Parts: sequence; structure tokens; C-alpha cells
Amino acid sequence: MLKAHFEKKLPSFDLEADISLSNGILALVGPSGAGKTTILQCIAGLQTPSQGEIKINDKAVFSSEQGINVPIRNRRIGYVFQDYALFPHMTVEKNVMYGMPKKDNSPNKVLTVSNVLEMLKIEHLRQRYPNQISGGEKQRVSLARALMTEPELLLLDEPLSALDQDTRKTLQQELLRLQAQWRIPFILVTHDPQEAEMLGDQIIKLDRGKQETIKMSDKFNETLRKIK
Amino acid sequence: MSFDLMEIDFAPLIISLRAATMATIVTFFLGIAAAYFVSGYQGKFKGLIDGVLTLPLVLPPTVLGFLLLVLFGKNGPLGKFLTAIGTTVIFSWPATVIAASVVAFPLMYRTVRSSFEQIDQNIIYAARTLGVSEWKIFWKITIPLSWPGVAAGTVLAFARALGDFGATLMIGGNIPGKTLTIPAAIFFAAESGDMNKALLWVILIFIISLIVMTLMNYWTDYQRKLIISAGRK
Repeated sequence: MLKAHFEKKLPSFDLEADISLSNGILALVGPSGAGKTTILQCIAGLQTPSQGEIKINDKAVFSSEQGINVPIRNRRIGYVFQDYALFPHMTVEKNVMYGMPKKDNSPNKVLTVSNVLEMLKIEHLRQRYPNQISGGEKQRVSLARALMTEPELLLLDEPLSALDQDTRKTLQQELLRLQAQWRIPFILVTHDPQEAEMLGDQIIKLDRGKQETIKMSDKFNETLRKIK
Repeated sequence: MSFDLMEIDFAPLIISLRAATMATIVTFFLGIAAAYFVSGYQGKFKGLIDGVLTLPLVLPPTVLGFLLLVLFGKNGPLGKFLTAIGTTVIFSWPATVIAASVVAFPLMYRTVRSSFEQIDQNIIYAARTLGVSEWKIFWKITIPLSWPGVAAGTVLAFARALGDFGATLMIGGNIPGKTLTIPAAIFFAAESGDMNKALLWVILIFIISLIVMTLMNYWTDYQRKLIISAGRK
């Protein structure tokens, strides 16, 4: 469960974020430069908000009031980048294993590289290097790498925008399937309203740092009622 | 022209190679550390820090030598300390290493810094979100991805260290068998009219520099292919 309420001063406007997500996919939609990626980066810890609070599973990872700013590596957040950001000098297998927790610390001891590669249908690419695989395959590897860390929240920054139409449709279905299987909240940044509509249980529209909720799923409303 | 090799004292070769090798080792670590610090530092003193670290590249070697002399001289801050512990570096072989390190440092620092800054920031961000330490990111991501730059910086630093004349002469002097390096030997041989001897040293330093640069270029090229394009084989 994610609860984030923060502000971030940007050169041309002040970004305000107020997000509450228990499960499902939250789609952040808006034009380029609206502050979508900044929201993800603040949640992940890649940028520091000017003020506010971010809680993951009731644990504060950032609080300006209490002076908390948990380092990125301890936040247990998966991050998938638009340009994949795979390590070019490592094979697919090594990329995926890079952030794997040591067995002793892992809450899910059955999670193996093979499981994840199989789940994402990239088992056959194990020994390939990123420059030998297609864009869609790279994005699957990027997803596998993020999931191997057993995150409590997955952030996807325009993960499908660099892909062709067919690959995009296939991966949209994969994301829905993965979310249902993994049962952690996903935040998906997209500039495509149709994609947001198709994947988002909750949709937040962002324009120059101001947000507007334009869709809330029944599942979300139900959770919200329970919390209140 | 003819040489009688038996008459030549090869001590300058040993002194130059020792100074260049040790200076390369020193600048390798200091240059990488400084490059890593400055490329990650976003404060307002970045320009000043970079300027200070690059200064030895643009200052005349005699100015560097003079500053080192002031620093390590009997009344200098480091000189006083060294005297207190019963030692001195002025006009001794460590002086040749110090001078060579100072002149070679900016080449290592600038080359490595530029390759660190060329790494896609998202790759570093991705590594950070995967829960690993900064130390592991440095050794497993930053260094391998900037390896061609690190290797190039090392070669340039070695070549510069091997060729230093002014700074070494100021702080090390030209004591034969102790601090007289090849560049100084060329100068003094030519000055005394012994052109054959000067030419021998010129040919020698030319060959050493060319061999080192060529070997490093082939090796770097091989490494780059191995690291980045391993999959194309």
C-alpha cells in the first residue's frame, strides 16, 4: 500500500502529488513535462520532495516533518525505465540476478531467476546480451530484473512508449497478468490516455504539476472505505 | 653517428620508468577517486574544485616544480613535517615520483570524469533501485562501462609522467643515478654537445612511449569489444 502526499519545487512550477494506492494499477497520464516522471522519482528516492510524506505499507520512506529519507536501495521499489536501462555489459541472466536479494534475507525463498524468466517468457534469452534482443524483449528483461528484487511497489516510467503497436498490445496484457499474479501496486506513467484507460484501475491526470483524479475503480473505493 | 652502448649509463631509463610507473599507479587511484567525487558533486564549488584539479595541466611545469619546492622544502608545511620524522624528499628519487604524479594527474582525472559522465544516468538509477550498495554499483557498473576511458587516461598519464622535465628538475634536480630522468638526460647531453647520447635517449623514449600507447590501444579495443559487444560474436 502506498500513501504519498508531497510537493516538489520545479523550475517552472510547483508539483503537488496526493496518491493513495492499495493494489491494482494507477495510471499517471499527462503531457510531456507535466511532472509524471518526477513523481515516480520522488517515490523511488531518486529525487527528494521539497516537503510531505511518502509511506509504503505504513512505513514512512520519506517525511520532511520527521526528517526521514530512506535511501533508494532500502525502499524495496521496483523501477522500469522507458529506455530499459539494462546493463549492456551483462547477459540477460546477470542483469536479472543483479539486484537479487541474498537467500537469507529473502521473504520469498521460492523465487528463482528461472521462475521469473519463465513467467516473462524470456528463458531462452538467458545468455544473450541486451544488444542482441528486441525492444519488447528488453522491456521484459527490465521487468524481470525489477521483480527479482521482490519489490513492494512497481513503478513503470512509460515502459511501452518505445515499442511498436503489436508488441505494445502484447505487453499491456502481460502487465495486467503480472499485476494480478504479483499483487503489488503498480504506478504506470503514460502519455497515452487509451493505454491509461485500458490498464489503470485508477487514473490521475497531471498538468503542470496539478493532479486531477479521473477514474477510480470499485476495488479502490472499497479499500478507501475500509481505511476510513 | 655511432653509439658505444657499453659507455652509456642506463640509470636514467630505470629512474624514468620507476617514476612513470609509480606515478601512474598513484594517479590511477587518485584520478578515479577525484573523477567519481566531482562527477557526483552538484554543489556550487564544482567549477572551482574542477579548476584546481585541472590546473597542473595548464600551468608551466616549472611553476608546478616551484610550488612543490615550496611545499616540500625545508620550511614548507610538508617539508617541516618530513624533517620532523627524519626524512626529506627534495632531490631524492621520491621527488621524481611526486613531480610526475602531479603533472600526470589532470589527464587521468579529466579522461575518467568524462567517461563517468557519459554513462546513461538511468543505468545508474536502475542499479540504485535494485537495492545494491554504491560500492557494488561503482565496481560492477561504473568502472566496466567507463573502462575504455579509464584505460585511455592511464596511458596518457603514463606518457605524461614519462615525459616530464620541468617539474622533476625543479624538485628532484639532475643527480645522475638518483634523479636524472631521460628528458633531463636529453637536455644535458644536448647542452654539452653530446648529440649522439641525446639521440639515443630520444629514440629510447620514443620507442617506449609508442609501445605502451599501441599495446594499450589494442588492449582497450579488445576490452571494449569484449564488454560492450560480447554478444555479437
